Amino acid sequence: MDLWFTEEHTENVRFSIKVDKQICHLNSPYQRIDIFESPEFGRFLTLDGCIMVTENDEFMYHEMIVHVPMAVNPEIKNVLVIGAGDGGTVRELTRYDGIESIDMVEIDEEVVKVCKKYLPTIAGKLDDERVNIFYEDGLKFVRSKTNEYDLVIVDSTDPYGPGEGLFTKEFYGNCYKALKDDGILVNQHENPYYKIYSDTMIKTHKNIGSLFEIAKVYQFNLPTYPSGNWLFGFASKKYDPVLNLDADKWNSLDIKTRYYNTDIHKAAFALPNYVIDALDSSMRN
Amino acid sequence: MRDYKLNQDRAPIYEALKKYKSNRIVSFDVPGHKQGKGNHELTEFLGKDCLSVDVNSMKPLDNLCHPVSVIKEAEELAADAFGANHAFFMTNGTSSAVQAMVMSCCKSGEKIIMPRNVHRSAINALIVSGAVPVYVNPGVNKHLGIPLGMAVDDVKRAIELHSDAKAVLVNNPTYYGVCSNLVEIVEIAHKAGMKVLVDEAHGTHFYFGKNLPVSAMSAGADMAAVSMHKTGGSLTQSSFLLCGKNINEGYVRQIINLTQTTSSSYLLLSSLDISRRNLALRGKEIFETVVGLADYAREEINKIGGFYAFSKELIDKEAFYDFDTTKLSIYTRDMGLAGIEVYDILRDEYDIQIEFGDIGNILAIISVGDRSREIERLIAAMSEIKRRYSKDSSGMFDHEYINPHIVFSPQEAFYADKISLPIMETEHKICGEFVMCYPPGIPILAPGERITKETLDYIIYAKEKGCVLTGTEDMNIEYINVVAEL
Repeated sequence: MDLWFTEEHTENVRFSIKVDKQICHLNSPYQRIDIFESPEFGRFLTLDGCIMVTENDEFMYHEMIVHVPMAVNPEIKNVLVIGAGDGGTVRELTRYDGIESIDMVEIDEEVVKVCKKYLPTIAGKLDDERVNIFYEDGLKFVRSKTNEYDLVIVDSTDPYGPGEGLFTKEFYGNCYKALKDDGILVNQHENPYYKIYSDTMIKTHKNIGSLFEIAKVYQFNLPTYPSGNWLFGFASKKYDPVLNLDADKWNSLDIKTRYYNTDIHKAAFALPNYVIDALDSSMRN
Repeated sequence: MRDYKLNQDRAPIYEALKKYKSNRIVSFDVPGHKQGKGNHELTEFLGKDCLSVDVNSMKPLDNLCHPVSVIKEAEELAADAFGANHAFFMTNGTSSAVQAMVMSCCKSGEKIIMPRNVHRSAINALIVSGAVPVYVNPGVNKHLGIPLGMAVDDVKRAIELHSDAKAVLVNNPTYYGVCSNLVEIVEIAHKAGMKVLVDEAHGTHFYFGKNLPVSAMSAGADMAAVSMHKTGGSLTQSSFLLCGKNINEGYVRQIINLTQTTSSSYLLLSSLDISRRNLALRGKEIFETVVGLADYAREEINKIGGFYAFSKELIDKEAFYDFDTTKLSIYTRDMGLAGIEVYDILRDEYDIQIEFGDIGNILAIISVGDRSREIERLIAAMSEIKRRYSKDSSGMFDHEYINPHIVFSPQEAFYADKISLPIMETEHKICGEFVMCYPPGIPILAPGERITKETLDYIIYAKEKGCVLTGTEDMNIEYINVVAEL
């Protein structure tokens, strides 16, 4: 039997994964949720038909979203994670003994339920005692917070559907307010290659850059996301992600990783010229 | 919910258009784009389905100027849904409905009692018809700087002083959501033999929601102009004119046909038909959600501190008789920001477009199309505006309503010989045209009014703060046409 999952990365580009079987399907109040099993990527979660996470390549995403800010400030104690219903980001955070509290705000409880049930290697740490899960709109949650967090991680879906509010200037501004004076914001920053994504990348950089003293972008590879090349944003009131990298301290923690290391950390902030130009253009307009 | 006499599941214009489409008629009539075939770019932009029903009046589709079949049925359904004796489909906007009301009840030289804070369309009607306004001073909330409704006592006094007036025009609700005591105004006006006309442009939902202020038709008013497109979901420019039992429907149609297009758009007509059906069937739930969203937004915005999203607590049973809780009106001046500044920041910085900002307030329209997701964005942006932009509020202009001194009727002044003067040289002159911020489109100066220092200061301040001024012949609003005095 020839069963394939296909996602349109753009109107003109398709990405397909051969599927053994569908593990789960449901419609939550917010979106359509599916989990498939595949020979190449293991099990993978899709929301409204877009791949969110696969068992085999998720380490690249989750290591890069967590260890980069943690290596800049290994003293981080209070973390807010927005989105991230699959639990991968929380799993990486729980590897730091210094972290005292992880508030996770996910709008869709159903996503968390199915991930716990069908993707235990990713969602397995959601029951850690330091984790407090809030099922509500991230935009609403963060609005009421002032000077509370050392790190805010925005692990959102794409800027349409329920994740839409998490790409707005008002949201990043509310995050700024929720962060302490040496706080760090890391956010899902789309990809630079396809125009429909790079438009968001440019606008997001402009929004964050107008609010934070330091706003940088870093890249990594992810085979199952459009173009295979993905970006996160790093913004802070105080820390430069490369100049303030505390490599010795981080390496002394002896956290075993498959993608991240402190050399990759520095290299990730080196960007191709077309990306630099696009990001610069956001500052000119 | 009111029980309907007719089957509100029907949508006769929509049904006739569906049938027309499926018949694949060959057209040798207008419009010349022939179901879009003659204009590919437009068809690509608006969609084939849309262009295929942009058609002309024809036997199976009836004719709005003289309806006998599907439009007549659709009008009857609308009248039933709104509790009116008759409903006219209007395709020249609610402005034309307001004008048709005034012109149906007042001839040249006849008086009409109205508040001064009406939309320009009402005063336009006076220029066209020659009717003479008797202005009732609307109450003013001094703190918020907004004009309110008309207090019953003020209307009573105007009726006693001008017992020859033909009609009373009520603006209900105002743009800000303030309502007058419509039931009592109808009662005293009818006792004096006057008709009651209601500019209900912002009150479509009163006919369908629960626990909302009384609608014009249920208060016994004679005519009402209802902007279905504003909060009811139909296409821009489409509207209803409703008539009560003492109105001669045939005469009103003649008045409408004086100025309404003879090529009424079936896109607009079908949008009215479909929206009426939607509200008749589901309006109660829809507006319950809308009120819930607006109440939630008010509560959250008031929690931010510094902004004041006002509501029913301001009801005084006089000029603030009732409040339309679907309106999200927010007082901004204590934040050190003019409403128009907040309006601009929301659009330029946060990609949020609200209805309008004036000197001290902003208004966000919450309607049939809103979801909590967008409400959260508005609240988040307001909290950011406080964090990033709030400043000392002293020295801010705090005057909104300026009592007009009327020298000529609007028609006399508009058609008089005029001269154009630089704005600062017009003090004490008689204005020959409109000056207003748009939106909201309530004239600061109307034709026939004496220009005062106070008015000029207000215009200059509004201009400085970035209000979009319109109305004058001079597109730059540097000159005003004044009546040439001998």
